[in-house]
Amino acid sequence: MRVNVTVNGEQRSAEIEDRLLLVHFLRQTLGLTGTHWGCDTSNCGTCVVLVDGEAVKSCTMLAAMADGHEVTTVEGLEHDGKLDPVQEGFMEAHGLQCGFCTPAMMLTARALLDRNPHPTDEEIREAISGTLCRCTGYKNIVAAIRWAADHPAAAETAPKEVQA
Amino acid sequence: MAGTAERPVGFGRLKRKEDPRFIRGRGHYVDDVSLPGMLHGAILRSPLAHARILSIDTAAALAHPKVRAVITGKDLEGLNLAWIPTLSGDVQAVLATDKVRYQFQEVAFVVADDHYAARDALELIDVDYEPLPPVVDAKRALDADAAIVRDEIEGKRDNHIFDWEAGDRAATDAVFADAEVVVEQEMLYPRSHPAPMETCGSVADYDAVEGKLTLWTTSQAPHAHRTLYALVAGLPEHKIRVISPDIGGGFGNKVPIYPGYVCSVVGSIVTGKPVKWVEDRTENLATTGFARDYHMRGQIAATKDGRIRAVRVDVIADHGAFNATAQPTKYPAGFFSIFTGSYDLEAAHCKVTGVYTNKAPGGVAYACSFRITEAVYLVERMVDVLAHDLKLDSAELRMKNLLRPEQFPYKAKTGWEYDSGNYPQTLRKALDMAGYDELRREQAEKRARGELMGVGLSFFTEGVGAGPRKHMDIAGLGMNDEAQLSVRPTGKAVLRISVQTQGQGHETTFAQIVAEELGIPPEDVAVVHGDTDETPFGLGTYGSRSTPVSGAAAAVSARKVRDKARIIAAAMLEAGADDLEWEKGRWFVKGDPSQGATIQEIALAAHGTLELPEGVEPHLDATTTYDPPELTYPFGAYVCVVDVDPGTGFVKVRRFVAVDDCGTRINPMIVEGQIHGGLADGVGMALMQIIDFDDEGNCLNASFMDYLLPTAMEVPDWELGETVTPSPHHPLGAKGVGESATVGSPPAVVNAVMDAIGVRHVDMPLSPAKVWAALQG
Repeated sequence: MRVNVTVNGEQRSAEIEDRLLLVHFLRQTLGLTGTHWGCDTSNCGTCVVLVDGEAVKSCTMLAAMADGHEVTTVEGLEHDGKLDPVQEGFMEAHGLQCGFCTPAMMLTARALLDRNPHPTDEEIREAISGTLCRCTGYKNIVAAIRWAADHPAAAETAPKEVQA
Repeated sequence: MAGTAERPVGFGRLKRKEDPRFIRGRGHYVDDVSLPGMLHGAILRSPLAHARILSIDTAAALAHPKVRAVITGKDLEGLNLAWIPTLSGDVQAVLATDKVRYQFQEVAFVVADDHYAARDALELIDVDYEPLPPVVDAKRALDADAAIVRDEIEGKRDNHIFDWEAGDRAATDAVFADAEVVVEQEMLYPRSHPAPMETCGSVADYDAVEGKLTLWTTSQAPHAHRTLYALVAGLPEHKIRVISPDIGGGFGNKVPIYPGYVCSVVGSIVTGKPVKWVEDRTENLATTGFARDYHMRGQIAATKDGRIRAVRVDVIADHGAFNATAQPTKYPAGFFSIFTGSYDLEAAHCKVTGVYTNKAPGGVAYACSFRITEAVYLVERMVDVLAHDLKLDSAELRMKNLLRPEQFPYKAKTGWEYDSGNYPQTLRKALDMAGYDELRREQAEKRARGELMGVGLSFFTEGVGAGPRKHMDIAGLGMNDEAQLSVRPTGKAVLRISVQTQGQGHETTFAQIVAEELGIPPEDVAVVHGDTDETPFGLGTYGSRSTPVSGAAAAVSARKVRDKARIIAAAMLEAGADDLEWEKGRWFVKGDPSQGATIQEIALAAHGTLELPEGVEPHLDATTTYDPPELTYPFGAYVCVVDVDPGTGFVKVRRFVAVDDCGTRINPMIVEGQIHGGLADGVGMALMQIIDFDDEGNCLNASFMDYLLPTAMEVPDWELGETVTPSPHHPLGAKGVGESATVGSPPAVVNAVMDAIGVRHVDMPLSPAKVWAALQG
């Protein structure tokens, strides 16, 4: 079957197997490997993307179900060379180690901040509880999202040079 | 070269060099590798824990239009690859030939055009099994009527693997014989699994023309893996390239060589195409490197007023169907004999018996510092059992028995030589941060109201940085690591290291080591790792060994470069080398700071036409292979505060205070991140995580539906403190920290829960059901 999906603002069209999961469509068909997968049971949440602005585990959705919808992946967080405040927050607060859950955590954070720009720590923890992280013990992920909430204009100003 | 707090030249908090690619989704993990013509593999696994294989029919699978090959154990026998050596002197099956020995064991490998087709074809393979009685309970594995797991070993009539002892049995027995108090407790450190978010996998690309194998693989030890592939497969080592790209967490899960990796290599050789194999989560949890599974019986001999005199422990170690633990050869129980912990004892003794069962192999994994996790849990639980029985305060009891600063270096009764420590200071700091006395007051008030609150302590000592070649090897390979540093003509440096990051931030930390020693900005140091064609030999990253071993190699290489730079600077300045003085980034003439040369200027001169003194080679580089003189011994004191719901048994971890002493901290931000992660592991292991089996040997926790890991909701906002006691023998004074919190935190959580419910002992994981049952008496 053919699907038409808007991915990171770009219209993408492909002939696919009916049963193809959205996560595999993104990774294999489109080559967007920033979206990861880590389990078979929709528990780990490393595959979270935004579908029409909502955080969705892309292993729970068939690619066919995304037909006609807008998908945002980690590759779409940066706009015109400007990082999303969430991306900056993760670097500032050491919110990542191995980086495997990071795209999902950042997209979850983006969805949270879009609907609740000033979340409490408890709200942040609840929002990210659908994604597992084995490296950080979550403290710095909460801090990273807090940083992003506190710097909403970061994306509007000149981005800091990305450097070590 | 002045640094600032935000942009230090060397050591200090520094944003990671790895992060820009990760936050853009541009990490490059094994499953992201895509090669032209690449095929996809999938493994058929046994549904039974113990069964003879009568026949395997692959005809229908081979007839599938997208299937390119189906490989069975029989095919591997032809290549002499059906069995491969383990890291513990045993062998393990790659694909089962005679029988299956655990549920989900590898039986056949399908190679197909795509991943979905490979999975489909697994359904078309017909295997006829004759079920055999499984050995599930390790404590009954040595019973006379137990089935024999390894009957293919000639003359094998039982499930015994080894007996191993440490310490002085007679001396220990003597102390117990005249002890005022003896307490005893049986406890299980349950089978667990590291479960990194990225499962294991590989992409094998065999080039028949060049005779060269390139293997992208989830490996914490790419060089050791390359050597083992050479030894096992008979491929020449210089024609094997192992690339361990970005790794989505390791925690010990990615130290061993798994059947799937070997199958992908065989698949590529057979088909002439690159073959990718990536396991799913069930395969990961049910078949790869489990951790722990120690059935322990501990005893403490003490005086009535709580002076601990001796510790004695017997262990039944469940090693699964193949003895495939990954630890130094002379240590079949890993470093478990450090169970004497942080205390000054008169005597100690342990006996560990390893047994085969019908379960997946493994045992040493999951940030355990080679089984120090089990050792620390044993002794810290036993100390609380003693406190419980003697009705003593657990903090006072520990303070009374901790090693004193003047006892270092301290030789433990089981042979370990602790390098440095000030234990009472660290415990005092943790108690102060926690507000220990206030917590006890609060607890008393709540108890009066029928509310259950608990405070749990642990104090741990680890031995990491394996290891000295006089004591330690893995599969015959000495545990030494090399670091090659080259300073380019413009003063930018490239450091090539043998260890490999799985999230620890080597690209940043190692750049800071060179930056600190040479006085150049960390961003001017590129760190190359994870590719055996691009890096020098070494044993890899596990056992908290990167900074203690490879970090030392990097520091010594940088110091060699600095020393050479001095000679070259002397030639440039027409001065004697002895007349030069070092400040960060530059050599200058003593008494005349205006006369000097920076590392950048020296590098250019070293590559130019400057006339060099006799015997001095051009260029500016150095290589060091580090053989650690001893292990390093990080330590720490942890305080956990829990609230227990008496109605449901649900445990809420309210606070966790961790004071770690890992010696010098190169990048404190990264160190703290390592500790945070380990603390979450501790909460998970204490309360949630277990890999368990039913009587038939079926794995009950083979998915994240059943193997529960902590989310952001189950862990508190960690409270960290530090003390710094540098290692006297490490060039930087650093001790390693990667596993400290995973090792040290589980007993603190369990001790807190036992303290809350007033019960002597309940085995992990402390699920609401178990806690509720304990509350009912």
